[in-house]
Amino acid sequence: MRPVELAAYESDGLTAFHTRPLAVVVPETTDEVIAIVRLCHELRLPFVARGSGTSLSGGSLPIAEGIVIALNRLNRILKLDPAQRKAVVEPGVVNTQVTTGAAPFGLHYAPDPSSQSICTIGGNVAFNSGGAHCLKYGMTANHVLGIKAVLATGAVVEWGGASRERLGPDWCGLFTGNEGLFGIALEITLQLLPKAECFHTVLAGYRTLEQAGDAVSAVIASGLLPGAIEIMDALALEAAVAAVHAEYPPGCEAVLIVELEGPREVVAIEREKLDAILRASAPVEMRPARDAEERLAIWKGRKSAFSAVGRLSPDFIVQDGVVPRRRLGEALRRIAEMSQETGLRVANVFHAGDGNLHPLILFDGREEGALHRAEDLAGRILKMCVEMGGSITGEHGIGVEKREFLPDMFTADEIDCMQRLRAAFDPLGIANPGKMFPGKEAPALSHVGLHPLEKAGVISRE
Amino acid sequence: MMTPATLTELRDAVLSAPRVIAVGAQTKPRLSAVEAVKISTRQLSGITEYEPSEFTFTALAGTPVREIIAALDAKGQYLPFDPMLVEAGSTIGGVVASGLSGPGRFRYGGVRDFILGVRFVDGLGRLLKLGGKVVKNAAGFDVPKFLVGSLGRFGAIGEVTFKVFPKPESTLTLQMPFSAEKMAQLANSRFELDALDVPPGGETMLVRLAGPAKALEALAKEIGGKIIDNAVWREIRETPWSFKTDITPDQINDFKTAHVSCGGNVALSNTPPPRGMTLRGDSPLWIGGRTRFAIEAVVKQALDPQNRFPTLDD
Repeated sequence: MRPVELAAYESDGLTAFHTRPLAVVVPETTDEVIAIVRLCHELRLPFVARGSGTSLSGGSLPIAEGIVIALNRLNRILKLDPAQRKAVVEPGVVNTQVTTGAAPFGLHYAPDPSSQSICTIGGNVAFNSGGAHCLKYGMTANHVLGIKAVLATGAVVEWGGASRERLGPDWCGLFTGNEGLFGIALEITLQLLPKAECFHTVLAGYRTLEQAGDAVSAVIASGLLPGAIEIMDALALEAAVAAVHAEYPPGCEAVLIVELEGPREVVAIEREKLDAILRASAPVEMRPARDAEERLAIWKGRKSAFSAVGRLSPDFIVQDGVVPRRRLGEALRRIAEMSQETGLRVANVFHAGDGNLHPLILFDGREEGALHRAEDLAGRILKMCVEMGGSITGEHGIGVEKREFLPDMFTADEIDCMQRLRAAFDPLGIANPGKMFPGKEAPALSHVGLHPLEKAGVISRE
Repeated sequence: MMTPATLTELRDAVLSAPRVIAVGAQTKPRLSAVEAVKISTRQLSGITEYEPSEFTFTALAGTPVREIIAALDAKGQYLPFDPMLVEAGSTIGGVVASGLSGPGRFRYGGVRDFILGVRFVDGLGRLLKLGGKVVKNAAGFDVPKFLVGSLGRFGAIGEVTFKVFPKPESTLTLQMPFSAEKMAQLANSRFELDALDVPPGGETMLVRLAGPAKALEALAKEIGGKIIDNAVWREIRETPWSFKTDITPDQINDFKTAHVSCGGNVALSNTPPPRGMTLRGDSPLWIGGRTRFAIEAVVKQALDPQNRFPTLDD
């Protein structure tokens, strides 16, 4: 590749970091991937596997002294087995293509990260991606039945794949979420689920965030298990209005979206229960979607919120901390206080059902030191999440971005244990080095601005 | 047999002998029938945290699953994967180490899909906490999942955190003649079945539905078959099966003497299968061999360099 072509690979979804790799290799077959990894092992040449580069934690940030292995051409669905509800795919297959392929059989692939229209299954597996339906359906790891992978040593392994059950330790479970430190998945067997027959999606507006939070608690306490429970705050609403002309009840500081799904007979009963709970939660207004079109409009506003924030601010960074659900209100209050203290605006869009916050910290990168102030605030928010008994990442992974915070969650022994595991898979430390673990020199932050696709509203950071 | 009562004592117990293995109530005795000093988790018992509003609980490894089910039930919650051998006294640590799920694994997944975090002692005698205590977490390697089915060969589990769900209002069981086509059709249907099993003999099929009672009646009419007592699931769960095999739905006919669970993905039997794992009795632990890659020994070396725990082949 010419230098100008290499430029396309300098960054991923975390645009504050960029590094030019030595070279980019674009294999077309799994055998080529295996040969490349074996060569890297022989030459002790670091490599970074990359799909569409949508990582929000800098997970596919290149290394200056290494190569990028771009897997986009390995984009075949190798097998679709509707009778056993499974699909075998190559790592470069885009997330939504799995559902598109399965749709004619009434099936779908459940994990739905917001970048699903471009992010790849290989990346989803490496980072155990989530989405809006994790409380009920789990994350990527819960849908991976089998993995064929080339480890960083060049060894090829094949775990699971045929049955939904397995004997012995759960190797697929360990491999999923390895952040590219173990090797490269070559073929992934995914579980497909029957598409829900019927949905009931309600949008409710509240005067305060706290009221919206109380409504979530009431839904959870009711014994219902909604497919999704999402909240957007005033700033996020403002952004969605500006971007996709979403329309929300006036005078609301928060909007709650709850979605039930299942057979029509079940939803018919559960929707009455849900509507009663929400009516009792004193919303300004409640808007149940009357048809598929209204439902899609609700989700369009929600899923556009991130890229929409780009209209309110030249730059933003998104965080991914998790707090125990009962402490959501407290967490949001503290984020608001920190926002005031630092003078940086923070928009909140989050998966309320599982306590997964996505604070969007707005800043202007042209201002001296603004990026660092934003990073500082992000760090304070992460520390707060750990202190509350949560996690520094719900679904984006540690990557480059949060590696300095790993010791906030794990002791030195625990990190050592993970490093020993890493060394077992990759004794030379050539697979995606510099990610997950603290200690190495951090690449310098720089200001690059929004990702071009983000500006166009094609992808969003969630 | 050692009986540590605290996690510190568990660590000391691991370090006290050259070769050890943790055991719970030994309801799947073959899994721990190895040359090693046994560390019983009997005294390491109790729910340490339970937050119904979080859909999570944390319990020491030796806590009887029965106790956990009762505590969850009091708050209208449950473990959707139907832990097995509950009345026989199985412990939550044993559930994780054995990786044994019940019929309920069909709908939302098995033990691996509900474990969130673990505290365990590695072969170096270090008490480590990996995973997390919240329902969503992507920080660090997913060692908790790896320990599901690990048979105590990579560490001694001391405490586990699980995700739970609200318990459905009611359940309903249907019995009907088995056919592979009907099974695939039901598994792919709009009905969202809760469990789908084929009892030994392979002639009938059991379908469980879970949800609001009124809705289930309507669904049952459309599905057809005979409504039978829900107690049949208790029998399946409490049967001390000797063997477990991971299968696919197209192999059901090869496992006619077995109880086939999870829509044709698990076979439980009392006669030796052509391949599988032995849960009780004198048969070899692994029947018909097992696939292993070189990485297994290397990971074992990483977590347990002195082979303080037996290997999967011992």
